Amino acid sequence: MKQNNTFHPALRAIHWLMAAAIMAMLFIGVAMVATVSSLHSLLVAIHKPLGLMILLLVIVRLWLRFTTAKPALPAALPGWQKLLAHLSHWALYAMMLAQPLIGWAMLSAAGYPVTLGNVVLPPVVAVSNDAYALLRPLHSWVALALFLTVMLHLAAALFHGLILRDGVFSSMAGSGTSKR
Amino acid sequence: MNKSSLSTRQKIARLAIIAVIPLLLITLVLWAGGWLTPSRLTSDKLVTALQQSGGHHPGYRRNHAKGVCVLGDFAANGNASTLSRAPLFAPGTTPVVGRFAIAGGNPNAPDYAVPVRSMALAFYQKNGEQWRTGMNAMPFFPVQSVQGFYDLQIATLPDAKTGKPDPAKIQAFVQQHPEITPFFAWAKQYVPSSSWTSDRFNSLNAFNFVDAEGNPHLVRWSMVPHADYQPITANEKGDAQFLQNDLQQRLAQGPQRWDLIITVAGPHDKSSDATVAWPAERQTINAGTLTINKTTPQQNGACNDINYDPLILPNGITASDDPILNARSSAYAKSYNARTREQAEAN
Repeated sequence: MKQNNTFHPALRAIHWLMAAAIMAMLFIGVAMVATVSSLHSLLVAIHKPLGLMILLLVIVRLWLRFTTAKPALPAALPGWQKLLAHLSHWALYAMMLAQPLIGWAMLSAAGYPVTLGNVVLPPVVAVSNDAYALLRPLHSWVALALFLTVMLHLAAALFHGLILRDGVFSSMAGSGTSKR
Repeated sequence: MNKSSLSTRQKIARLAIIAVIPLLLITLVLWAGGWLTPSRLTSDKLVTALQQSGGHHPGYRRNHAKGVCVLGDFAANGNASTLSRAPLFAPGTTPVVGRFAIAGGNPNAPDYAVPVRSMALAFYQKNGEQWRTGMNAMPFFPVQSVQGFYDLQIATLPDAKTGKPDPAKIQAFVQQHPEITPFFAWAKQYVPSSSWTSDRFNSLNAFNFVDAEGNPHLVRWSMVPHADYQPITANEKGDAQFLQNDLQQRLAQGPQRWDLIITVAGPHDKSSDATVAWPAERQTINAGTLTINKTTPQQNGACNDINYDPLILPNGITASDDPILNARSSAYAKSYNARTREQAEAN
């Protein structure tokens, strides 16, 4: 029987697309709130639609994740590492899904119109000072947690790819995997 | 899998790569957020400077802290539709939530102590878009650049010994930023009015109106009062709340009105320098009438939750390259985040 060594090609494509998008968002996010230059409005104008794109992508990705076959982790991997791998992945999915929604909700609570081109998106929560006071810092905290989790994920992936060389890295990178 | 075993040296080199890549990304994020370059001017520094000069007043705006909410509407006559495709300029009425304020970060400042006053408005279009604008009752902005604005705040901080700004620092500032000279000259001869309702409020910064064909038109705008100018009286100079009291009295007698006058730039007028008023003979268009019917205190008022970010614009208005606009947007957001958090904590 054919053993799956790699994730579905669509899932791999979406993973790398989102990796680039999320890293870009974290840089844009910290830069746009700090800068007082003309970069401010440019970055804000990228941040909102890109966040919405990530929200749509993560929904497609979760659907793919549940409907396509996925390679098993190497049997030799210690149990605690397997557990950590699973926990960190579900934490990543949860944050990728929550963060754009928090951003949208935060803008709604502040009474800002959320627009995409000419389309005005509906507010997801009512205008509320208290809700904004909660959601705005939450957006920063989730960004920080997401960034640190992505960094751990990256370090672990590199560890698998460069040191363990157990096929975990190539299951997502997909380079000449099944023939190794 | 045909993996050859790694030598110790190879292993160390590879572990180093594994550590360096995330650390490099973390460093880059710290740099992007301005945490590695303390000398860089950020929204945080601007807001901190304003807080230093106005004092720390939790729950209040960091600038133009003292004010009142107002409610009304804007009745467009359609004249500005040739310049901007924004629906609010087509004939019809748009609801407005506004705020009158005096400049400075002290919400307890006496009204007579601050010559510069402001009007902020949020227009709510039927399609869900908004136009937010903050205007000041002065003819032009004191400084051209964001750095200039920051330096001005620092230069005018009260001296620890005298409690007043240090003239030597102000002199040094003027030498560095000579563009402020006309502003100081204006401020010296300016006699404030006896009422917010008789003040003319100017956008100061330039914007682009975009017409139905997509052509941009460089503009500034003003709210020109229907009420006649009366200079501030001796009595009012002793009344810390005279602006708010006057507004209530006038609104009790009837609505107060302003005309929205759009000034179209000439071919050589600069978009990026708010210290220079455009010549008086420029083409102007009366876009319609703002009517204010009602005022409420700002605490728990409709305007309290609104950040009058000048870059919240409907389709049909875009920012110009005036550098002050981005700084206002970025710093207002900081101030808004801080005061909403403080208000929530106080509840």
